[in-house]
Amino acid sequence: MGDLTNPASAISVDELVVTRGRKAVLHGLSCCVEAGAVTGLLGPSGCGKTTLMRAIVGVQIVQSGTVHVLGRPAGDPGLRARVGYVTQAPSVYADLTVRQNVWYFARVAGADSSTVDRVIERVGLVDEADQLVHDLSGGQHSRASLACALVGAPDVLVLDEPTVGLDPVIRAELWDFFHELAAGGATLLVSSHVMDEATRCDRLLLMREGDIIADDTPDAIRAATGTADLEQAFLRLIRAEASE
Amino acid sequence: MNPRILGATIARVLRQLKHDHRTVALVVVVPIVLLLFVHALFSDSPAAFDRIGLAMLGIFPFIIMFLITSIAMLRERTTGTLERLLTTPMNKADLLFGYGVAFGVAAAVQATIATMAAYWIFGMNTGAHAVWVILVAVVNAVLGVSLGLLASAFARTEFQAVQFMPLIVTPQLLTCGLFAPRDQMAGWLQHISDFFPLTYSVEALRDVGINPSPTSTYWTDLAIVLAVVIVALVAAAATLRRRTA
Ligand SMILES: Nc1ncnc2c1ncn2[C@@H]1O[C@H](COP(=O)(O)OP(=O)(O)OP(=O)(O)O)[C@@H](O)[C@H]1O
Ligand SMILES: [Mg+2]
Repeated sequence: MGDLTNPASAISVDELVVTRGRKAVLHGLSCCVEAGAVTGLLGPSGCGKTTLMRAIVGVQIVQSGTVHVLGRPAGDPGLRARVGYVTQAPSVYADLTVRQNVWYFARVAGADSSTVDRVIERVGLVDEADQLVHDLSGGQHSRASLACALVGAPDVLVLDEPTVGLDPVIRAELWDFFHELAAGGATLLVSSHVMDEATRCDRLLLMREGDIIADDTPDAIRAATGTADLEQAFLRLIRAEASE
Repeated sequence: MNPRILGATIARVLRQLKHDHRTVALVVVVPIVLLLFVHALFSDSPAAFDRIGLAMLGIFPFIIMFLITSIAMLRERTTGTLERLLTTPMNKADLLFGYGVAFGVAAAVQATIATMAAYWIFGMNTGAHAVWVILVAVVNAVLGVSLGLLASAFARTEFQAVQFMPLIVTPQLLTCGLFAPRDQMAGWLQHISDFFPLTYSVEALRDVGINPSPTSTYWTDLAIVLAVVIVALVAAAATLRRRTA
């Protein structure tokens, strides 16, 4: 793990140490995220998923270790147009319409304005495009936030629980979209709590208390734990770690 | 700075303001109502109204833009949009100048309306043309924006942000020469007010109030206020950290 020379990894994290407040959140974490694939980041609440993602997009103060994205140090100015980030809490302007929000982030990313409507369609907000974000439902709100990251067509997408609170139909559509983006060469790192989403990832990173305890394909994780059910597999892995 | 991102930010901030009808109404109506009060207060002394009403034309934009900006910027911080913007190609200067220009434009509209009301409804007289009054008002608004951007870094909630207003505005208001001429103030108070930018904008307004055209005092005063704006913007940029704990 943490193989900086691996050309297939778009993100490589090596011996990353992060302390937030007085708590050591990540203590020497290393991992890689494969390029052109959808990688799921799973783990119990508070294990450090958001912290790891913040380090990858370069907004987290880190104590030591390195994070490289597309061969450059995380947060490098040259990466900013190539990395898209969706924060866990929706981060869009509540006093603007969906279209105005997406337009703004398109301009900031340097994307063509013609992509605005296409992205709004992909997140299923066509009927709400001219509605103020303030007046959207929770799930619509987070889709608006997702659209603002997608509109720049970044090479690396870091999505922190982008599908939370969404119904199964929209979730399935969005996951199809994620795979389309990956097929087009983008690298996606998606955190989630929902197990049926884990099955849709090309690879999985399972975290527990700031450490990566599994880094494999869903099939390999099922095989290694001797269960067909990923949820069971995770519980076994987490319990096995905890009892060590 | 990137002209595309700066332009988009100016447009975005103005759109946000446009959607907030109540704030727009307050920004336009409140100064006129307050001018009405001052006018009524000095109904038998037009000279006093010319002096005090004129100073108020510079003070409104400062106070209003300080409040609006500090709350708008605080919202950027608390809703996560700031964190997100700092992962994009946006420069800190794009954001700060975006706010400065957008609210500066809003202030220009407001100052023009308030100044027209002062002249045409309340019969205010000044030595120099109204344009010079509006210029001070706009510079003052930009001063309010830059101090508001800076103050937002020290507030965690909107409640706290509002508390900064009396802290930053009241001392300047009391010592700027509006309530008592500066040369009649205690020496130490006068020295303190030397450090307050509002002192200079009120002086600039008085300059165009009594002279037929702006004198060198006016331009020096404006330069001093603009220097404070730049210092505040640089300090505000320093409080914008891409990486946080
Ligand atoms: N700003 C902060 N200051 C101090 N500690 C923090 C801060 N943010 C998070 N933490 C702590 O860091 C740890 C990891 O938080 P993080 O947000 O990365 O977890 P997470 O895996 O994303 O959880 P969830 O699934 O609930 O979103 C938690 O124990 C949390 O209490
Ligand atoms: Mg999280």
